[in-house]
Amino acid sequence: MAGMTKTKRRVLPGFGLTMGYTLAYLSLIALIPLSTILLKTAGMGWERFWHVVLSPRVIAAYKLSIGASLIAAAINSIFGFMVAWTLSRYEFPGKGALDALVDLPFALPTSVAGITLTSIYAQNGIIGRLFVPLGIKIAFAPLGIIVALTFIGLPFVVRTVQPVLQDLEAELEEAAATLGASRLQTFRRVIGPAMLPALITGFALAFARALGEYGSVVFISGNMPMHTEVVPLLIMTKLEEFDYQGATAIALVMLVLSFTMLFGINLLQRWSASRYATD
Amino acid sequence: MPPIEGAQTGSGGAAGGGWRPVAEATANVRRATEDPAWARRLIIGVAAGFLGIFLIIPLGSVFAEALNKGVGLYFAAITNPEALSAIRLTLLTAAIAVPLNLIFGLAASWAITRFEFRGKNLLTTLIDLPFAVSPVISGMIYVLMFGAQGWFGGWLMAHHIRIIFAVPGIVLATTFVTFPFVARELIPVMEAGGTDEELAAITLGATGWQTFFRITLPKVKWGLLYGVIICNARAMGEFGAVSVVSGHIRGQTNTMPLYVEILYNDYNFTASFAVASLLTALALVTLVAKRVIGGKVKHAQLPSVSADGIEREAA
Repeated sequence: MAGMTKTKRRVLPGFGLTMGYTLAYLSLIALIPLSTILLKTAGMGWERFWHVVLSPRVIAAYKLSIGASLIAAAINSIFGFMVAWTLSRYEFPGKGALDALVDLPFALPTSVAGITLTSIYAQNGIIGRLFVPLGIKIAFAPLGIIVALTFIGLPFVVRTVQPVLQDLEAELEEAAATLGASRLQTFRRVIGPAMLPALITGFALAFARALGEYGSVVFISGNMPMHTEVVPLLIMTKLEEFDYQGATAIALVMLVLSFTMLFGINLLQRWSASRYATD
Repeated sequence: MPPIEGAQTGSGGAAGGGWRPVAEATANVRRATEDPAWARRLIIGVAAGFLGIFLIIPLGSVFAEALNKGVGLYFAAITNPEALSAIRLTLLTAAIAVPLNLIFGLAASWAITRFEFRGKNLLTTLIDLPFAVSPVISGMIYVLMFGAQGWFGGWLMAHHIRIIFAVPGIVLATTFVTFPFVARELIPVMEAGGTDEELAAITLGATGWQTFFRITLPKVKWGLLYGVIICNARAMGEFGAVSVVSGHIRGQTNTMPLYVEILYNDYNFTASFAVASLLTALALVTLVAKRVIGGKVKHAQLPSVSADGIEREAA
């Protein structure tokens, strides 16, 4: 807790109090509880750790979680970009409501999302039944997991891309048009590259969120080991079997993955901000 | 939600107002910076279809499923003792977790925006920690601390204190999951507000608390309210973390999102969706409040670029 470097700011009181409280609260609520994972895993020894983490059921869960999260984030990148484009460039009735609704997956409890998506995509559900004649099963299959992860990741790409799209200077597009570029060329050469950092950030955020998702997936996936069991669910199962060491070992791998993502996203956002800070 | 705030304040100095009138003369000719009509229709169509399938149909179906056996069953489902106890526990949990995180948010944003210190970036990143932790893991860490086999398990057992599979565990897990929300809304608002008025107040002899309550708090009130609303929505709606620590004891440790799961697993779909519809209504209220207050936050936050901002919004 080093001293303040800007003498100008030393006038304001409360550094010790607010900093002390912040650090104490963070430690009690987050850091000490999180450290239990490290200590618990440290107590189990390498051999047992690898045995748990590399068991076929765990590997299958990681493959499914990562694969489904990547697909969902990709779907969200493509359609989320179109949604952001629509909301920031076009005018149409009901736009305000649609814009507000984009945040629904943030605000809706995941268990509500889970039961609702399951009822819609089950074989007798309003969307699920359309796929029955095609022989496609959505709920209680890997496809259902992708649907749930797409739902919960939906706001991320839209809300990352939308402000950048709104702030993109009209002059850039005008200049491109004046220089003879077609609309498609302007999009590919001017708008596209300018949007890329935001799009990648949105993708990464949606992916990170999907990776840890439990609530909405547990209903729609069917939860069959080796087939439709995602990592958070596997951790939950281990906890219910009182296999705390197994659960923490899997959780540790997951945390390392998530923190790497968080770190990467922070770097991305800094890169994105420095590239488009116009002032 | 997370990345937007910073990006929005970055809008540039040049006013984009010059090009409008020129094109008015040739109304039928598409401006070179406009998309062709077919592309516009295609993009709007695909975007609306995507949102329709993933947001509007689910939203409608919650209420349709809740009411499909009639209003009588709907009200019976949300007024039976188990449902009422779930509602009470959800309200209680939010009533503890939200004020705790409100105080934390104020302290953290004051420390981060008012002072320079080493490790500021690290601290800001630590506040985002719960976003990187799976809900299941968020609950698990408290089981490892306070569960029967946990660090303090023996001691707690000897003193007959229950944390896991009881209300304190639910409150703790909820507090962990929701602690970033107030702080991360407040930090950009406080940063943008600057310290000039506070410095003036201190110079004129106000105490620190006076300065905080009379100057800072009024300046950041909309940002604060915005953070509290989002924090509350998550506190009432958290499922995964709470699921791990609750033990699912009916009438005792079930919050509303957990009760939705229990009813659903009992094949009591109508009742499950009835309780879910209450949570959905809360989500919708949150979205409306977010929009109304979000506008005020943005307005208060951008005094220096307002000339440009207002012109663009008006155009």
